[in-house]
Amino acid sequence: MAPPDPRRPFKRPAFSDQQKRRDISLQRQAQNRRDAQHQARCLALTTMTLQNDSASASEPEYELREPDFEIEPEAAVKARDFDVREAASLRGREARRWFAKQLMLPEWMIDVPDRLSSDWYACARPAGKRCFVVSSNGVTVSRLRNGGLLHRFPSALPNGSRTNNSNRSGQSYCILDCIFHEADQTYYVIDMVCWAGMSMYECTTEFRFFWLNSKLAESGACTDPSPQHKYAFRTLVVYNSDQEGLKAAYAGPVSYLKDGLLFYNKHAHYESGNTPLVLVWKDENCSQYVLDTDSKGQIPDQQQVVLELLDDGRLATLDDPPVIFGCLNSDFIQKMGSQTGDLLRFSINEGALYFKDGQLERADLNYLGKPNRARAFADSYSKVMFQYAARHSPLRIEHLLASIESSNHQEITTDADMLG
Amino acid sequence: MAMEVTQILLSAQSVDSTVRKHAEENLKQFQEQNLPAFLLSLSVELASEEKPVDSRKLAGLVLKNALDAKEQHRKYELVQRWLSLDVSVKSQIKACLLQTLSSTASDVRSTASQVIAKVAGIELPQKQWPELVGSLLSNVHQVPPHVKQATIETLGYLCEEVAPETIDQDQVNKILTAVVQGMNANEANIEVRLASTRALYNAIGFSQANFSNDMERDYIMRVVCEATLSPEVKIRQAAYECLVSIGSTYYEKLAPYIQDIFNITSKAVRDDEEPVALQAIEFWSSICDEEIDILDDYGGDFTADSDVPCYYFIKQALPALVPLLLETLLKQEEDQDQDEGAWNLAMAGGTCLGLVARTVGDDIVPLVMPFIEENITKGDWRQREAATYAFGSILEGPSPDKLTPIVNVALGFMLTALTKDPSSHVKDTTAWTLGRIFEFLHGSTLATPIITPSNCQQIITVLLQSMKDAPNVAEKACGALYFLAQGYEDVGPTSPLTPYFQEIVQSLLNATHREDAGESRLRTAAYETLNEVVRSSTEETARLVVELVQVIMTELHKTLEAQKLSSDEREKQTELQGLLCGCLQVIIQKLGASEPMKYALLQYSDQIMNLLLRVFACRNATVHEEAMLSIGALAYATGPNFAKYMPDFYKYLDMGLQNFEEYQVCAVTVGIVGDICRALDDKVLAYCDGIMTQLLKDLSSNQLHQSVKPPIFSCFGDIALAIGENFEKYLMYAMPMLQSAAELSAHTSSVDDEMIEYTNSLRNGILEAYSGIFQGFKNSPKTQLLIPYAPHILQFLDSIYIEKDMDDIVMKTAIGVLGDLADTLGSNAASLIQQSVSSKDFLNECLSSDDHLIKESAEWARLAISRAISV
Repeated sequence: MAPPDPRRPFKRPAFSDQQKRRDISLQRQAQNRRDAQHQARCLALTTMTLQNDSASASEPEYELREPDFEIEPEAAVKARDFDVREAASLRGREARRWFAKQLMLPEWMIDVPDRLSSDWYACARPAGKRCFVVSSNGVTVSRLRNGGLLHRFPSALPNGSRTNNSNRSGQSYCILDCIFHEADQTYYVIDMVCWAGMSMYECTTEFRFFWLNSKLAESGACTDPSPQHKYAFRTLVVYNSDQEGLKAAYAGPVSYLKDGLLFYNKHAHYESGNTPLVLVWKDENCSQYVLDTDSKGQIPDQQQVVLELLDDGRLATLDDPPVIFGCLNSDFIQKMGSQTGDLLRFSINEGALYFKDGQLERADLNYLGKPNRARAFADSYSKVMFQYAARHSPLRIEHLLASIESSNHQEITTDADMLG
Repeated sequence: MAMEVTQILLSAQSVDSTVRKHAEENLKQFQEQNLPAFLLSLSVELASEEKPVDSRKLAGLVLKNALDAKEQHRKYELVQRWLSLDVSVKSQIKACLLQTLSSTASDVRSTASQVIAKVAGIELPQKQWPELVGSLLSNVHQVPPHVKQATIETLGYLCEEVAPETIDQDQVNKILTAVVQGMNANEANIEVRLASTRALYNAIGFSQANFSNDMERDYIMRVVCEATLSPEVKIRQAAYECLVSIGSTYYEKLAPYIQDIFNITSKAVRDDEEPVALQAIEFWSSICDEEIDILDDYGGDFTADSDVPCYYFIKQALPALVPLLLETLLKQEEDQDQDEGAWNLAMAGGTCLGLVARTVGDDIVPLVMPFIEENITKGDWRQREAATYAFGSILEGPSPDKLTPIVNVALGFMLTALTKDPSSHVKDTTAWTLGRIFEFLHGSTLATPIITPSNCQQIITVLLQSMKDAPNVAEKACGALYFLAQGYEDVGPTSPLTPYFQEIVQSLLNATHREDAGESRLRTAAYETLNEVVRSSTEETARLVVELVQVIMTELHKTLEAQKLSSDEREKQTELQGLLCGCLQVIIQKLGASEPMKYALLQYSDQIMNLLLRVFACRNATVHEEAMLSIGALAYATGPNFAKYMPDFYKYLDMGLQNFEEYQVCAVTVGIVGDICRALDDKVLAYCDGIMTQLLKDLSSNQLHQSVKPPIFSCFGDIALAIGENFEKYLMYAMPMLQSAAELSAHTSSVDDEMIEYTNSLRNGILEAYSGIFQGFKNSPKTQLLIPYAPHILQFLDSIYIEKDMDDIVMKTAIGVLGDLADTLGSNAASLIQQSVSSKDFLNECLSSDDHLIKESAEWARLAISRAISV
């Protein structure tokens, strides 16, 4: 029946260092457990993604491994065993083909997408070499869009150098989509494909950018170069593509040389190949390279295009399905010594693209020759059209801003209608 | 049946230890041979007026101990044992007990009261002894005062022993009437009044209905307030104890009385004897506690969800309350800083002032500042100390905006006082105040830094200097440095402490080596501060932390070499080992988290492990816990190479897992198993039979503390993930346990926050187990072994989703399990998955969550499901 001692802690901080030690240990264990779980899941995700990639394009859904295994053991094993760590060490043509297939390629903006201000991000694209940066097994490798090796170096990315090998080194790797900016020898990260073994392919842009911004800084990869970290990595400032964001991306100062603007649809996943959910747009104010140059670095009088020769002689863009610009007869092909899959360069005669119902109907092309051997792709339809428009009636920044303005108006009008 | 036990009971209190031990042995034998006769004999002894008071009292005490124990498991056994006794024996015992209440020996009556309450505590919940309360109350007005006193005392103990819902309202009313009448001024007998006042204290929790009735509440409050004015100091003290309890139990009913209470309490604080004055201050402290809780619930916005509104009693009383408390600060005792157990008016008043500051925030500052300014420079140490203490007390609560300018002015003065003030009291309080400044006003979240490049060096110099002062002052200086370092925990790659790191570490080590470091907790404080300095250190000083490993290892080695120690010395040695293991653990964790430093650390791993294994030879729970945590951190840093330590370490791991009495050790060891699984991966297989056996035993034991269960389940997951399909042989044991725990935790009918929190931690453990098992079995031909469990697991996920009381962690783990299940079972579970709520509503909810961890798990689940059902 004794009431409690009224004595209260006196001049004692209300904490126990022992409890703190306990709590910190528990936090570490919980984190390690999450990492271990995560690791197990990531392997699965990457395998799925790669399987998906090796499956034919008409079957976008994932295939279950187990039944595959029973029916066609060899094929399944092959698909599963092939993973990005091996890909990173691929050489030559194999590597080019693999990497060429992995990058997400923006379409060129030939008209303004709906809901630009609400569903899209905008950022200033750095001028430089588009590349994949892969860190694994204690080394970091960057590969250009055509698969060619750019750098091989130590970095602070997870598993990007020998000094930061983790226990589960073999499974931890990163793939970043970057632009290497020569002037400050910096990799500007424009997208994140895998981080610490976790595949980001199936994540929305919103999530990938969030992850990119939090994880990259955490890893120490944004710090100045050092012997263990040869090149600095930086993220871009990404704006909501509304009036202010667009103006900031367009005219705001950046530490790098701008080469146009990139627009990302917030809900899109990272997809290999061409996608209309990422767009590139340029004008003279924000890029030195609005019009394509020829092999000598000069802007040709007439627009040039690179097209792929199909087996029936048709000339196709990179798109899927391809857009056909014309057809070569078999004699001509034989005379040139070309074969199916070759890339060919043409010039477009002035005003010689003919449209019907918004579709390209016919183009007047002049054969120029074969492009540089490093070239891995034909041009995309959107690129040809953007270049064409740039020479005739370019899509200007004012158009972009106006479209945001008008979509705002529309919303207001809708509101008013509802009130009425 | 009753036997003569007088002589044995007297011998059991003999000064001669041989006689005493013999008697104790006899009692034990008697109890084991014939429990009913033993208990009956004791009760007869207790009831016999002609027997010596000493043997009667001990008889009562032994009887009481046969009915109750502190330890829950033992208590349960004793309750069952009593309930299974023959009814006639129990009736005889109870008759003896009630009869004893009339004894003329007050000690004997009091013992009987307690035993009756214990029996009631067992029987009333079982609906036995229903006539007890009635028979106690029936003659309370006719009996002589000493019997009345004993009866009321019994009612008080009874209220303490049984839960309020056990007694029906009608009986509560009668108890309360008897008790309150006994307190009334009409009651002539002082002992009866005192017993009644003390009984009311225990009955307050029973009086919900009575406190809701205005008339009854007014009456009770009037009687209590009158009792605070009794000429008897014990009655006044007991009355204030009631008032404190009423204040926190029925806060929302206090408004009509608060002015009167303020008047009587301030008179008591100023004029009454210390025990009474302390309780009067405690009343206001407990009101602060209530209002802090309520305002906490409000969370700053006024769409509050607190059950009780805040009446702002403290804010209203502020202009009078603060001066009252400031007065008490001047009533210090000479040696209070050296006396661990001291509690006096100044201490209680200052503590209350601190609580008031937390309750009202900025408003307190202008009321206290004049007192500080007036007294801080006075010649009398009491005035300077009181002013400093007042300042230190109000540092938590008011906004940094309000305090920072004042602290900036005061800081220089404080640093001078800490070095130059002639009074040790003033220095002690000054160092404590500096600690409070750094605790609440320094850190990365605060806009204006208190510590700047221009004063940092001086602050550190003064604190390190003070570590050589008297132990109590040095201990406070360590505390101040602790918070100073803590404020730099997330400072980034460059810390302002870097230039001083070596000097700080050396000063702290010197403090631990002081002859008098055992006084005032100095050694402990110095090591804990060292821990915090290490935690908040940056790469810049990593090399120095590596050097510290050797220093701590040498110290630990010394403690292990010491021989032929007295028990007192051994106890100190053990405490030191605990501190050193704790420090080692912090260092290992710090270095292990940085890749380059990990390798510097690992060169010592053999030596560290060797020392830690020797520490396990000491039988002390705290030391084991600290050593275990160090080993976990080391296993994490070592990775697969930890395998070489397992043969030697395994037996201690096993011991730890068996130690469910000291459940903290058990819980910590379970966590270490997880660390080891992740470090060794499938190499842990060789030890899994032993580990799993022990974990399963722990789970089946009803002695296991419930907080250890969730980590054990998580540990199942860790093991499965490490050993993969080899987990097969444990499935038949682990799965049913998980399943029954899952069923229990699926539905929380409780509104109790603590219970919901526990349920969620249990769910999380179960889910982590499932995740680990699914991921472990993936790609194994034995996957089909898991198919039979899938329906239940999906049901579990659905049920916690429907229950809607899971926290974010459970949400994240749960949706992850859905993905793991789909990933591992694939098309085998496709139709089950499609039927589940989880795969639709729950998944969609998680996909649109703002929490990126939940979103991430949900993305995973979405992918795995789409793959599983696409075939």
